[in-house]
Order: sequence, then C-alpha cells, then structure tokens
Amino acid sequence: MKSLQVKFLVILATILVCVYGIIGLPKSKDELVANWNQNIKLGLDLRGGSQLMLQVQVQDAFKAEADRVIENLRDQLGKAQVNYASLERNDPQTLADASKIEITVKGVEANKAGAFRQVITENYAPWTLTAINSTDYRMNLKPTEALALRKDTVTRAQSTIENRINGLGLAESSVQPSGRTEEEAELLVQLPGVDDPARIKQIIQTAALLEISEVREGPFPTREGALANFGGVLPLNTRLVKQLPRAGDPSAASESWYLLTRTAVVTGRDLRDARPSQDGATGRWETNFVLSQDGARRFERFTEANINKRLAVILDSAIRSVATIESRISDQGRISGAFGQQEASDLALVLRAGSLPAGIVYLEERSVGPSLGADSIAQGLQAGLIGLVAVTLVMLFYYKKSGINATLALILNAVILIGCLAYFGAVLTLPGIAGIILLIGMAVDSNVLIFERIREELRAGKAVAVAIDAGFGKAWWTIVDTHVTTVVSCAFLFIFGTTAVKGFAVTLVIGLLANVFTAVFVSRVIFDWELSGKKQVESLSI
Amino acid sequence: MELFKNSNFDFLGKKWPFIIASLILTAAGLVSLVVKGGPEYGIDFKGGAVMNVRFASTPQVDKVRSAIGAKIRGEISVQEVTSGKNEIMIGTELQGEKELESARSTMVQTLDTTFGQPQSGKLDFNNASQASLAERLRGPLQRAGVPLSEQQLQDLAKAMMEFRNTPPRSGLIASFDEMANLAGVTPAVIATVKQECYLAPFAIRNVEVVGPKVGSELRSKAIQATLLALAGMLVYIGFRFEFVYGFAAVLAVFHDTIITLGLFSLFNKPLDLTVVAALLTLVGYSMNDTIVVFDRIRENLRGSRKTGFEELVNASINQTLSRTILTSGLTFLSAVALWLFGGSVLNGFSFALVAGIAVGTYSSVFIASPFLIFWQNFLESRKKAPTAPVAAAPAGRKGSR
Repeated sequence: MKSLQVKFLVILATILVCVYGIIGLPKSKDELVANWNQNIKLGLDLRGGSQLMLQVQVQDAFKAEADRVIENLRDQLGKAQVNYASLERNDPQTLADASKIEITVKGVEANKAGAFRQVITENYAPWTLTAINSTDYRMNLKPTEALALRKDTVTRAQSTIENRINGLGLAESSVQPSGRTEEEAELLVQLPGVDDPARIKQIIQTAALLEISEVREGPFPTREGALANFGGVLPLNTRLVKQLPRAGDPSAASESWYLLTRTAVVTGRDLRDARPSQDGATGRWETNFVLSQDGARRFERFTEANINKRLAVILDSAIRSVATIESRISDQGRISGAFGQQEASDLALVLRAGSLPAGIVYLEERSVGPSLGADSIAQGLQAGLIGLVAVTLVMLFYYKKSGINATLALILNAVILIGCLAYFGAVLTLPGIAGIILLIGMAVDSNVLIFERIREELRAGKAVAVAIDAGFGKAWWTIVDTHVTTVVSCAFLFIFGTTAVKGFAVTLVIGLLANVFTAVFVSRVIFDWELSGKKQVESLSI
Repeated sequence: MELFKNSNFDFLGKKWPFIIASLILTAAGLVSLVVKGGPEYGIDFKGGAVMNVRFASTPQVDKVRSAIGAKIRGEISVQEVTSGKNEIMIGTELQGEKELESARSTMVQTLDTTFGQPQSGKLDFNNASQASLAERLRGPLQRAGVPLSEQQLQDLAKAMMEFRNTPPRSGLIASFDEMANLAGVTPAVIATVKQECYLAPFAIRNVEVVGPKVGSELRSKAIQATLLALAGMLVYIGFRFEFVYGFAAVLAVFHDTIITLGLFSLFNKPLDLTVVAALLTLVGYSMNDTIVVFDRIRENLRGSRKTGFEELVNASINQTLSRTILTSGLTFLSAVALWLFGGSVLNGFSFALVAGIAVGTYSSVFIASPFLIFWQNFLESRKKAPTAPVAAAPAGRKGSR
C-alpha cells in the first residue's frame, strides 16, 4: 500500500512540476495567458517572421589577409634591402578555394635568399615558404591557420550582423551558425515579427568598409582616361576609385574617377560613433561620425600637414564625397550624399556596428506573414481537438472503464510534453503541432498493446491481478522496441537542420519518452489503485 | 467490446493476391516516377521562389501568370492551393543565387502594379506592417486632431493589424469600416485611415526563396537521412531479433516508402522537407507495426513448437490483429484530422501520413511476414532440415510468464 502512495506522489509531483513550467503561478487570468505566452515559444511559422540563411564569403578575408601581408612585406623587404621583381597573390573565387590563397615572390636575387627567408620566418609564422626555383618563392597559409582564419571570419561576421540587427531594436532576433557544416560558413538569421526582410537584408549585406584617403588627382571622366593620364601605369602606392553618380547632386552628376593614396588615413575601425543628422542649411540628411582617440590623433596630424589638399570618403570601394581640407580636423567627419532619413540612419547603424570581414551571399529566405501563422495555430488546434475527441471516444467505447485510464494517461502525456517544451525552451513549430497530433494516435498504441494483452490473459482464465501484471510485463519489450525505432528515425531527422523539421522531431521524441512513463507507469498505478482495498476482484472493465 | 475474438484468418494462405496488389501499386508508382522524370520536387529540393497569396475574390490565375511571366524568366506555376479559399501559390524558378536577392521584390511589385494602386501614393493596408502603418498615421492623426502618445499610436496600429490577421479575415479586410468596433478606433481614426490607406484585393501570406545550391544539398541530405534511418532500423532489429527479421522489416518499410512516393507522383504533389519528415516518421511507424508482429512470433517460437512455422506466423498475426487494427485506426484517425483540418501548409505532410499509415499497416502483415516464411522455406530447401529461425534472446528480456 505504501508503495502505491509513493507512486501517486511521484505522479502528482510530475504533474505539478510540468504545470508550473507551463503557466507558473498565475494570480489572474491575464497573468496565466501571459505566462503561457512566455513559456511556450512559438516558431516563426506560427508567430510570423522571417528566416534568412546566408553564406560568409570567407575567401574575401583570405584575400584581405594576403593583401595585408603583401603591403607589410614591401616595407620590410625594402628595409632589409632585398630586391624583388614582383610580389603578388592569386585570386580564389569560391569559398572552397579560400585556403588555396597563395603569395608569389619572383626575382629575389640568389645572394639575398638568406635575408629574404629571415624576413619571412621572423614576421610571418602562419605562412609556409616554398622555393619554386633559385629566385622565385611561394607562400601558403598553414592549414591550422587557414582553419582559424575561416572560423574567426565567420564569428566576426556573426557578431557584426548581430550588432546591426540589435541596432534596429528587433526583439528576440537571433544569428547563429546554420549548424549544417562548418566548412559552408553559413549563418542563420531569425527575425520574428518581420514579414518583409528587404530592408534588413540590405543592412546586413552592406560591407560598411569606410576609408578616408588623400586625393592625389582627379576627377577623371573614365577609368581609361585616368590611366592614360599616367601613361597606362599608376604611380606607386596609389589606386583609382570611382565616384558613383548621384541624383540631385550637381557635383556628382555622372560617374567620375579619382586617384587616391593606397593606404587610408583612417578607416571604419577608427570610428567611435556615427549618427544621422540633418544639414541646417540644405535640409539634406547626412551621417556624422566621431573618431576614436587614436584615430583622431592621426587624423589631426594628417589634416594639419595637408591643408588645401583634398580628402575622399570611401564606402565599400566607392567614393561618397570629396572635400578640401580647410583647417585642422580632429575627430569629427560626415558623409553626405542624396540620403533619405532612413538611409542616413541605416548607414550610421552599420558604421557603428563595424564592417563585415567578408562579403555575404543569401542562400535562402523564408517568411511567414502573421495572418498565416494565426491561421496555422487555429487549424492546428482544431485538428488536434478533433483527433483527441475521436481517439478518446473510441477508447472509451472499446475499453469502457479502462478507456478512462488510457485517456488520463493521454492527457498527462500531453501535459508532460508541453511542460518539457517549456523547460527546454524548445520552439513549437507547425510541424511540431503535427507531431503532437500524430502522437495522440501513437501514444494510445502502448495502452492498446497492454490492454490487449490483459484481455488475452483474462480470456486464458487468469485472475484480474495476475492478468494485469502479465499484460504489462509482456507488452513492455514490445513497447520499448516500437519506441526505439521511432526515436531512431527522429534522430535522423536532425540531419536536416531546418528549424521546422527539428521542431517536429523534438516534439515527437519528447512525447514518446513521456509516453513510456504515462502508458506504463501511470496506467499501472491507476489499475493498482482500482484493485487496492478489494480482497478479490472478479472482473475488470476492459 | 472486442473486434476480433480468437480470430483465425488465413492471412498467409491468401497472401498472393495481396502481394500482387502490392507489386502493381509499386509498379504504378515507379512508372509514374520514371515517366515524370523522378519525383516532383518542391522548392526545398530544387530551389526557387514560392509565394502564397490570398485574394479577396476568386483569383484571376491567368492574369497573375501572365503578369509574373512578363517579369521573371524561367518556368512559372500558378495554382490554387485550396479551392474556395481564394488562395493561390505562385512558384518561379531561380537561375542562380544572384536572383534570390530580387525574386521576392519582383513578385510583390508585379502583384502590386497588377492588382493594387501603387500610383495612388497611399499605403496598402492589407500588406502593411505595424511599423509602417504607425509611421504613416502618425502625422495625419495629429493633424486630424486625434492626440495620441507614441505608445497609444503603436497600440492602435497593433490592434488594427491583429484584427486584420486573425481568422476569419486572415490577412484581408474588405472595408475599413469593419474596424469600427475596435478599442481606440474612433470615426476620426477611420476617416484618417481611409484617407491614408487603400485596400489591395490580395494579401501575401508567406514567401519562401531557396537558392539552387541549398536545394540540391537538402535533396542529397534527405536521401542520406532516409537511407541512414533504414540502416539504423536494420541494425536495431538485427540486434533485437535476427538479421533476417531486420531485413524483412526494412523490406516492408522500403515498400511503404516507394508506394507513398509513387502516390505523390501520381497525384502530382510536390515533395518537400515536411513530406520527407512524414516519410521518416512512417518508416518508424511501419516498423512499429512489424515489430509487434515479430515480437509475437518470437514469443510463440519459444513456446510450443507443435505447429509449423507458417501456421505459427499466421497465428501471431491473428493474435496481434486487434491491436494492429485499433492503433492503426486511431493513428489514422489523427492523421485524417490533420489532413482535413490542418490547413494548406501541412497538406503534403498529412497526405503522406494518411497514405503511409494505411500502406504501413498492411505491409507488416502481407510483406514482412511472408518474407520470413519465404526465407524459412528457402533455408529448409537448402539444409533439408526443419529448423525455424531461432530468435536471438534479447539482452535483459524478462522471461514470459
């Protein structure tokens, strides 16, 4: 008798813990609803929202790293008085080729080979140096370093995108690795409540690489014209950058080109803050920025020494504005152009969040409007209720009083399932709801197996208590087998990695595990309780 | 009440008509698959863009098709999702990852110019978001003499959006006056909304754009997952019973999968991720059914061995018949409820379940069990020795009482 009481307490405790997980301790009806909404998290397909899958173009970061090495190497080899004919990198185009990045140094004099090697080994430990012949060399990134750079690039892209989305004030949005394969460098962005992600896509994709460089010459109307001006070869340490035509700005009516110094005076990394503002005189929107201490010092020194020269503000490899230095500038600057208010504040946002380490390509975009989500919930509830009522009726009709036992177990099954979803913070998706509905049918399977066994034993003339014992005992391994097979197939559903399908698998697995508890343990306790206190039980309503 | 009291149907004696029926169904499915060049993949597996749009009245499918066709290259499909609900599904192909960027905006703009009034300069209320509505109404409401705090404005916009989104409106209202009873919506508010917004006769319900790269990856993943799941089952049953039992069960499940896939092909239903999820669930489910029968065969094998193997299998099927019919019936009932009332998004998923549960129940009786007997006969004819496949005793199993 005592063990029965203990079992009752276990069941009661389970129910209380689960119910607490679902609705907490509400003091009013409103609080109950609020707690429910807080604990049961709905997937994007039910509440409405968008999901973006994007790929970080890691090869960009590899190329940038190689460029940095080349830039530094020029100086160091110059200092070490090692002459060379050319210093170049290859140009990997795809993600898979990223780690094939290679720097070739040609025409190093044979007698300087030792000095050359020394410069490389002292400064570039992540790279391996291979001699192609007596004067030419190849530098490759070591595999471990390549892997680290790859990971670092994805992580930085992730945090930059996070910062940008948070800057928009989107609650509950998330950016995570897609979890399919690490090599793919994919990120999954979830945006609840956003049913048209166009603007957010734009904001995420902006590289936001800001540079301020000195203008050497220009403007030139075309690239060819500019090149012709220098006899086809650009002066050392310079580059040609284009200024895009802007509507409503007479100073930039058509495309033009400027010759700029190769290295920037300050870059986006030197920014401390950026804000949109409105020009008092023209009423145009612009984005103001403030430089960090270090950046400001450099900028001050530069502007002081270069009064009357021109500066270009370059954003994502295109000139946004060109201005003449009239006086010393310390830490303030602005980017003007034909902006609207939203554009100006979006630019400020991406500048604050920092630049992306590599480009972004979208692979997938899914959005569900809020009306479809609401419909799905309504339809899911309807289908679930109809299924539940139908199954309950059949069970009550077929197994009579024992049908009540099965129904109680079924309801408890649902309570435990929802409680677990709440505790694990699992997300309820539409396929998840489908899983619950399907579970209604599958959950009674265990009860049916047991009840059929009990009936068989009763038919064989066994006493009620013995029959119940044998029924549970014999059905046990069948129940284990049937549950394991379904859990195995659900485990493979995880391979897909899409949130919706995962939701289905998680719901089904939790439901089935709970089912073992309810159909085997709880049902048994109910039977035992029914038998307890009676000396001899002659018949069982089953 | 009992369904089958001491039933003794000779299932295995009559197995041939059923096996032939199975073969015909399988063949029909395979022929359909071959003729149509493989299963019809949904956008999850081939890439592309799909948009569900609900119209206020019967949608003009041809008009939509020609308007979208003028803007987008490649194949375009426009079809009604569920008749009577005025909802259509527009599908287009994507040539590459590049087009993914603009696919959505091109489709929306085309619908807008064809059915909406973008030139009016007003906001399309039926496709507006809470933020855009609040933004739009802020100034005009002030000018109309409706003083609202920012919070009140947001609440008002939210209430209107929620009203629009919940069934039976489901995203579309026909007249602004419908909102007259909402809290905070005064005649002055309605007048302002009317002046600032218009009602397009359509609402975009959901948009999915999948790049071809992801599509082909998901496809190979899906095939991989299905095969791995089958292999996993084979191993588990091989461990719990004997290898030949596992093989028989997997054969039955494979049969179910092929027939379900064939039905999808016959009915021109696209295969997407949720359908594969359903297929994998069926793999587990059909396996359940088979295991229950096999469990009983094993138990009977351990008991009296007076009868031949075939009779023993037949008796086992009969002993588990009540359970088979009852659970399959109940699960079938849940699946049918889902199919009929679960809405359009889950249509393919629940169709797969309904078809698969029916086929899966039948296959454990008419495919898996006969296979065991064939195997047994084959062994006997080779060894000329009357040994039944002895089930391996599972670890930890309690002896039957």
